[in-house]
Amino acid sequence: MDELSRILIQALGQLIAPATAAYALAAIGLNLHFGYTGLLNIGQAGFMLMGAYGFAIATIEGAPFWLAFLVSAGAGALLALLLGIPTLKLRGDYLAIVTISAAEIIRFAGRSTLWADYTGGASGLAGSTYKGPFQALSPLPDGRTTIGPLEYLNNGSDSWWTRIFAWSVVLVAVLLVWLITRSPWGRVLKGIREDEDAVRALGKNVFAYKMQALVLGGVAGSLAGLLFVLPISVAPDNMGRTLTFFVWTVMLLGGAATLFGPVLGAMLFFFVYMLLRTGMRAGLADVMPAQNVEHLAGLMVGVALMCIVIFRPQGILGNKKELAFDVR
Amino acid sequence: MSAENTTEKPAENTTEPVELDDETLAATVVDSETARQVTETLAGVEPKVGVAKPDPILRATGVQRRFGGMTAVDVDHLEVQRGAITALIGPNGAGKTTFFNLLTGFDKPNQGTWEFEGKQIARTSAAKLARSGMVRTFQLTKALSRLTVLQNMLLAAPDNPGENLFGALFRPLWSGVEKRNTEKALEILERFNLAQKKDDFAGSLSGGQRKLLEMARALMTDPAMIMLDEPMAGVNPALVQSLLGHIQALRDDGMTVLFVEHDMHAVRHISDWVVVMAEGRIVAEGPPTSVMQDQAVVDAYLGAHHDTDLGDDSLLDPAVLARLEAEEEKR
Ligand SMILES: Nc1ncnc2c1ncn2[C@@H]1O[C@H](COP(=O)(O)OP(=O)(O)OP(=O)(O)O)[C@@H](O)[C@H]1O
Ligand SMILES: [Mg+2]
Repeated sequence: MDELSRILIQALGQLIAPATAAYALAAIGLNLHFGYTGLLNIGQAGFMLMGAYGFAIATIEGAPFWLAFLVSAGAGALLALLLGIPTLKLRGDYLAIVTISAAEIIRFAGRSTLWADYTGGASGLAGSTYKGPFQALSPLPDGRTTIGPLEYLNNGSDSWWTRIFAWSVVLVAVLLVWLITRSPWGRVLKGIREDEDAVRALGKNVFAYKMQALVLGGVAGSLAGLLFVLPISVAPDNMGRTLTFFVWTVMLLGGAATLFGPVLGAMLFFFVYMLLRTGMRAGLADVMPAQNVEHLAGLMVGVALMCIVIFRPQGILGNKKELAFDVR
Repeated sequence: MSAENTTEKPAENTTEPVELDDETLAATVVDSETARQVTETLAGVEPKVGVAKPDPILRATGVQRRFGGMTAVDVDHLEVQRGAITALIGPNGAGKTTFFNLLTGFDKPNQGTWEFEGKQIARTSAAKLARSGMVRTFQLTKALSRLTVLQNMLLAAPDNPGENLFGALFRPLWSGVEKRNTEKALEILERFNLAQKKDDFAGSLSGGQRKLLEMARALMTDPAMIMLDEPMAGVNPALVQSLLGHIQALRDDGMTVLFVEHDMHAVRHISDWVVVMAEGRIVAEGPPTSVMQDQAVVDAYLGAHHDTDLGDDSLLDPAVLARLEAEEEKR
């Protein structure tokens, strides 16, 4: 019984964990790309890594928190422009290829010894080197707070302060996405997703809209990278293809082109993922070593993603009717 | 999806020939003042290829488009009269759609220049051309499936401040415009028998309804010139009649219409001028009745040397067509 409640509480904690907020924000960005505009970005981890480096390096170089925050956002915008200018005039597949390779290039560049003075090479940047200004901003008194079954430090890395900040950013992002997607601007994005030539024939500058969507979603991705490294450290190998793949799962699980899909998707995904891992670790302790449990859980995520796409392509919040007809 | 391509056309004509006969169509022709004026103006134009028009809205010169070794379009000179309905006809593969694509910026020519309202537009982007008043529809219909019919319409309206990223954030900036656009959209949808469908996803419409939606949507942009690629393909005969009426009403409102169509009866009854393409070239142009008797045109459609008028109802009879084809093969 004790074991069970420990597992449950751990899973519950995932609902509000900073990493969950980071995934939710990354999925919000991806949703702007794919769900609303139809842009295939399969390198969201690259945007996140850019944002993480931008934030950490700016802070280490002495920037105050909000400046580093802006640098992080700017890093995502810059990457979006760099990738978008050559590819957004081409067919959609090209963006997919370019984003996935860019994400890998960024990761390898980060790992390389070339700029190790800034990036820390393969071992990355320790959290203690860049967390100071953020944690100093906390208005909370020192100590611990317990809410229901969840208990965390008020300040520090894995703290209530980190959670409050991370989810506030997510909240603002949801609000902004709500405002822009219900507008005529959002309607143009959806039109482009359906058939960009038709939208072009109606006099809209399709390239500019796609670029705006790519930049906004990229900025969401890079700020998600910032949230991702706030409680931990910057480690390039933590932010590779698996990360992108999880963000896609989160978005599709919640429902592409829905407002709350990414948030719900992230919460549900990590709740279940944690439940699975801790549950299996406890239940299968005699059968297999803990490392194998991790692999098994990863495998199950893959199967789950396939099941979503096949059996519920609209995700949890999506509208079944919208997918009822062949798009092309 | 490709089923609504031209391949469907002959079948449609042969199954329901009665409803499209000359008398029913003649009854729909609005004998408006504008129509008479246009006919009068064009009556003075000599019916020969590349002839200058009194008031051209569009002029194309030396337009060529090659795909590999094949020349799909090779137009020496073409002028389209402002305020008139011009039909562009020709057999399958003649290059009509490719020519449309070139004119509207959806394809790049190997060479050639053309101007719209006196401005050179040969290197202008498709979107900019549409904003300057030249709007088109597609032969393979492009409905925006996962938007509703009304959203399809609203998307087409020009100059909406809410389509700017920063304007989008402040609803009061665009709610008024949206309201006016909605009224306008509903009015146009009413005309195209789509008002009941306004909240349905466009993807749930039938092929013919999508054609209608695409045309209605194009009208939302307030174009000076509308270019329709086979607007009647897949639309039922009763609706074709009212569609023809709409097209004439557009002309009477001062719009220029250029349309591609395989239905000769429709062409004959509403167009003020007919341009015939075959194998990429313009082989004839002139008023509808004379062009359809033109030997070059009959040759292009039916093979050489038949003394048949293309508008002849007997061509709707499969037996007659089969006989003509058999004769052609014997040559
Ligand atoms: N993208 C392309 N690549 C290669 N060839 C093409 C391409 N587009 C068109 N063609 C060729 O150009 C010729 C003209 O095609 P087009 O679509 O303009 O004909 P059309 O007059 O519109 O015919 P239809 O009445 O059947 O619609 C055809 O022979 C076609 O095969
Ligand atoms: Mg065609």
